[in-house]
Amino acid sequence: MEKKKFKMKRTNASQAPVPVRRKGLMRRWFSGIPLLGWFSGILVAVLLEHFLGDALTEVLGLPKIPVLFGFVTMLKKPALMPGSLVFIVLVYLIPVAVTARLGASAANAVAARLIRRSVGLSAGIHLLLLYACLHIWADVSAYRVLTLKLTLIAVMLTLSLNVINGYMGEFSCSHPGFMAVGAYVCSVFTVGLFVNDRIFGQALLPPFLAPYFFPVALILGGSAAAAAALFVAIPSFRTRGDYLAIISLAFMFIVKSVIENLEIIGGPRGLGSQPDLAGLPAVFVWTVLCVWIINNFVRSTLGKALNAVRDDELAAEAMTVNTRRTKMTAFLFAAFWAGVAGGLFAHVLRYVNPGTFGIQRLAEVLAMVYFGGLNSVYGSILGAVGLNLLGEALRPLELFKWILIPLLLILVMIFRPKGLIAFKEFDPKRVLMPRFRSE
Amino acid sequence: MALLQVEKMTHYFGGLRAVYNYHLSIDTGQIQGLIGPNGAGKSTIFNLITGIYTPTEGDIRLEGKSILGYKPHEVAAMGLGRTFQNMQLWRHMTVLEHVKMARYSKLHYGLLGAFFQTAARNREEAESEKKAHHFLKMFGVDHFADQNIHNLPYGAQRRVEMARALATEPKVLFLDEPTAGMNPEELKQMVATIRRVHEELGLAIFLIEHRLRVVMELCESIQTLVFGEVIAEGTPEEIRNDPKVIEAYLGKDLVE
Repeated sequence: MEKKKFKMKRTNASQAPVPVRRKGLMRRWFSGIPLLGWFSGILVAVLLEHFLGDALTEVLGLPKIPVLFGFVTMLKKPALMPGSLVFIVLVYLIPVAVTARLGASAANAVAARLIRRSVGLSAGIHLLLLYACLHIWADVSAYRVLTLKLTLIAVMLTLSLNVINGYMGEFSCSHPGFMAVGAYVCSVFTVGLFVNDRIFGQALLPPFLAPYFFPVALILGGSAAAAAALFVAIPSFRTRGDYLAIISLAFMFIVKSVIENLEIIGGPRGLGSQPDLAGLPAVFVWTVLCVWIINNFVRSTLGKALNAVRDDELAAEAMTVNTRRTKMTAFLFAAFWAGVAGGLFAHVLRYVNPGTFGIQRLAEVLAMVYFGGLNSVYGSILGAVGLNLLGEALRPLELFKWILIPLLLILVMIFRPKGLIAFKEFDPKRVLMPRFRSE
Repeated sequence: MALLQVEKMTHYFGGLRAVYNYHLSIDTGQIQGLIGPNGAGKSTIFNLITGIYTPTEGDIRLEGKSILGYKPHEVAAMGLGRTFQNMQLWRHMTVLEHVKMARYSKLHYGLLGAFFQTAARNREEAESEKKAHHFLKMFGVDHFADQNIHNLPYGAQRRVEMARALATEPKVLFLDEPTAGMNPEELKQMVATIRRVHEELGLAIFLIEHRLRVVMELCESIQTLVFGEVIAEGTPEEIRNDPKVIEAYLGKDLVE
């Protein structure tokens, strides 16, 4: 009897009119589009720009295709604002939106089929599509290529620093130092082997072999950075606290002044004439590799141990976690990726000098980590891409750029103290899944 | 030979004598209790045995082998699992992740597995997840598995902490005030849970408790610690009637 009554009550409750929270028009319009759909939309947009961009700029009275979504053009010459806006809407917004929306069901079907086959295949196709978009987009100007490469390198740096500052909860300042070690070791390797150089003499190997040895050079650079990280890790992980911040900051300055005083690698003048090895495909592949491996690591129990150490080291020890080894490996691992990023950086610019790896670089990387969000792969990608592109886009503002960006950071810190997307796990399988339209 | 044997353990914090000449012997399947007023050194004894501190003097043997000088995580992997007085949980982790973490020492896939998602990693992680669910079910908190630990009510957090300790598959389980801060209803449930776990797994339990009722109900043998020294040892009945214990807890005037 009692049970029946309860049941009746429940049915009554479910029949009562429940106030439905209506989603916004945009939200409803764009729900149910899988990642594949968005990527194809972007592909359409960049193709459109590639083939019709020049014609359209002429019609709109623009001098050339706006390189960074019209930001630079609009800030430099406000008179061109309407033209730029129309260009953005016609070339980017409308094609992306229309293709994504109209192709949603087809994209969902394809995404579902791919993911059923295998996650790896689906991920590969998504990455290929993403690469195609980036390549065609960047093809328009050399400036875009450079910006894109530097942005991808920033993603690697930010994510690797997030392993220490976010996942492990320590505060490391030595990332520019690791980057410098990686950059110089990698450069010395490639310049010494493949370039007729004033310092290192005749090339030892024919230049056509260089691309095959480039991964070796990068891994060497990363390993050197990891080895250098030992000097920071051994003294500072004996205890917890602020030691790491101080020692790592000192390390960064030591690396910088050592390089400045080593005449054999150019001293303060820097080291140039690196072979042109870091094309967009190479940088893209290394970035993807970095994100994939770091994400694998932080999602495994070995990587989650970092969170345990951060949140309560004593409990981690009591639960059989070897906390010292955990901290050391994570630190060296992060340094490795900073070194690889440094190697790529040196080969993108084809010139490095010690001044690049100073306190300014440190501030940039730290800002990207804390802006994007701690303990999150999404956050690192967002932080690196966002701040890098913003920095480029606001370049015409000159001095005011350095007021606007810090202001933005302060606002983020006030409203989202842990960053924009913090503590969110990146599950590739979830991301690649087909989406169903929500009502 | 006892499972866990502590002999003549003495520990000084600087000039302060925290534990003096402490003896302990626990056999498989036994529940041993340790009571004493605040500051008597109960938690220090736990920390000494589980390797957080190294005793100034004395010896600790697990299954006849000395575990002196090993790090806490090594001692834990050898079979001394523990909970903490003020639950030491990991703020940003889910319930399932808590219990999986305790199986850290049982994973063998290594760094390469962690970096590249090898088959061995997937297999071992899946296995550890299955085990973790098993321990969560044992404590009736499996339905919280994917929730962040801080969304759970207090009693459930205590249970997760115990599930986590058991996931290390200990030979001796150290419980540091498992009923601290609980209301009478939660307390009754916790006592029942401890008893059930003890019966199901047949492991030895070493229990620190403030509430005499709980210790009296659970333990076969009890030690009373005052200022780092054991002043009385025996069955609950003997302890209850020992004038020295009553004096330590209630003061001299009341006894007279």
